[in-house]
Amino acid sequence: MTLTRTRPQKTERFQNGSAELRVSRSTAMVTMGVLTLAAVYFLIPVWWLIVSATKSNTALFSSNGFGFSGFSLFDNIVDVFTKQDGLFGRWLLNSVLYAGIGGLLATFLGVACGYALAKYNFRGRGVIFGAILGGLLIPSALLTVPLYLMFSRIGLVNTVWAVLIPAIVNPFAVYLGRIYAAASMPDELLEAARLDGASEIRIFFSVALRLMSPAFVTVFLFSFVSIWNNFFLPLIMLSDQSLYPVTLGIFNWYTQTREANYNVVITGSLLSVIPLVIAFLSLQRFWRAGLSAGSVK
Amino acid sequence: MSTETLTTRRAGTDSVPALRRRRPNQFVSAIVIFIVPFGALFLFVYVAPILYSIGQSLFSIRSSGLGFGAPVTTFVGVDNYTRALSSSEFWTALGRILLFGAGQVPVMLIGALVLALLLDSAAARWVSVYRVLFFLPYAVPGVIAAVLWAYLYSPSLSPFVAFGNSVGVPLDFLSPEIVLWSMANITTWVFMGYNMLIMLSALQAIPRDQFEAARLDGASEWRIALSIKVPQVRPALVLTGINSIIGTIQLFNEPQVLHVIANSVDSSYVPTMLAMGAAFIKNDFGFAAAVSVLLAIVAGVISIIYYRIAMRNPE
Repeated sequence: MTLTRTRPQKTERFQNGSAELRVSRSTAMVTMGVLTLAAVYFLIPVWWLIVSATKSNTALFSSNGFGFSGFSLFDNIVDVFTKQDGLFGRWLLNSVLYAGIGGLLATFLGVACGYALAKYNFRGRGVIFGAILGGLLIPSALLTVPLYLMFSRIGLVNTVWAVLIPAIVNPFAVYLGRIYAAASMPDELLEAARLDGASEIRIFFSVALRLMSPAFVTVFLFSFVSIWNNFFLPLIMLSDQSLYPVTLGIFNWYTQTREANYNVVITGSLLSVIPLVIAFLSLQRFWRAGLSAGSVK
Repeated sequence: MSTETLTTRRAGTDSVPALRRRRPNQFVSAIVIFIVPFGALFLFVYVAPILYSIGQSLFSIRSSGLGFGAPVTTFVGVDNYTRALSSSEFWTALGRILLFGAGQVPVMLIGALVLALLLDSAAARWVSVYRVLFFLPYAVPGVIAAVLWAYLYSPSLSPFVAFGNSVGVPLDFLSPEIVLWSMANITTWVFMGYNMLIMLSALQAIPRDQFEAARLDGASEWRIALSIKVPQVRPALVLTGINSIIGTIQLFNEPQVLHVIANSVDSSYVPTMLAMGAAFIKNDFGFAAAVSVLLAIVAGVISIIYYRIAMRNPE
């Protein structure tokens, strides 16, 4: 994908003098200037977060926010992991479990459903797909309060299930799964596998999933991040602190403004963001694949 | 995408036209196995809450007589809706997010489009580095981003406030007139790069020879950007626009976080906070449900209007 995209651009630049000439020095400077300004805007809070995570509570208030002052990063990390008997570690683990297991299930269910919608002709297919797409247009926060009432009737509130069950239903996974199944699983292959006597289930698991594995990673990434970032759902559903995901845990510390918590909240925020940043940087091409599939209607 | 499906399907029907028609019955069990797990859960966590909400909005829980005994649920018809529509809290909160959306969404989307066009232009260098930097904030969970910015706004911690004071310009990001736009900045910071990436993907899908032809005709890069590129990324503008409208309607993280440190943000600052307060503090689920249904309608109407405008033929 990337190769085919960048190549024509480059030949255009080097072989065709006119394109190169047209970019005047001032245009290039304005372009790079705007891009750099934007980069500064996006990076300032990140820089502040990194610098602040190295400061003690007193240095936070007495020093310039963008400059270093003392080095208490390790003390802060120890504070984060020992506060409330090490609850933070538990929160991180919870987030990993919710997002990992939830993301995996969301991907499996979504891709299977999308695959069926792409590869089988049956009555009601359009209606089902339309309803699922409609789910994408519902502001999901509005469903959380009624969901809480439903869950409280069947005793699911304040359990792992209250966070996991809504998380594994991801209409976007179906949408992407359908697009990818249509694009990467040829009907001829399906026919051939059938002639070889493979069952439909077997074909899905051993042929389709293998062909769709890049798509599977993309969908998993989107599901993982949306569960990791969720805040409203666990805020409504959970009261037991040991079940909190890390986002809710940090918010909870943040609200305790009377305790001098700042270094713990700041360092905890940094620690909670690092796994996602690593996932983003190392899996970039999957992101772009997903976003471009979403934008070409 | 659609052309691919069409060609493969045509190839398939050529070889086995008769089989096609019998297939639906043959594969019922597979279809059921693939669709039912998702479908059942979808009914459970999407469709059921919607119906439940609509149902709830028609009932009220009233404590009986002197407050003894179990509260009674009574059918009240559209009473909850009239209560919502005649409450000033509802209109204030709704007005706020509409103002927020009218200001923040265009700024963010135009900003994202400009950045995407610049990255797609011949003048840009180090494109992959900028692309990652712009997208980075999306890796920060919304509530963490809000906490981060809350500290950057708070008078005691903020380096901006400190700088303002040192040059004699007092800054107050949390004042009643400014705080809404301080929230808008948080949302923009988190989502601009994400939207930029969607637009950039769409831009890069445009065949390059179109630009070459326009250049030969003497069109400037500006002209190419405005007349060739922008019209062709309309689907991306629709997608990002509708996403942003839905996001604005359920705005919650930013006001909830700033509520903790700013007196200017009360507990019913936005409709989601109003509904949550009604449900969990006042136990007024009918009112909360009515607010939610009204919001979903507002989101739907605005999305449809936006879609119509964005896809309208310019001629």
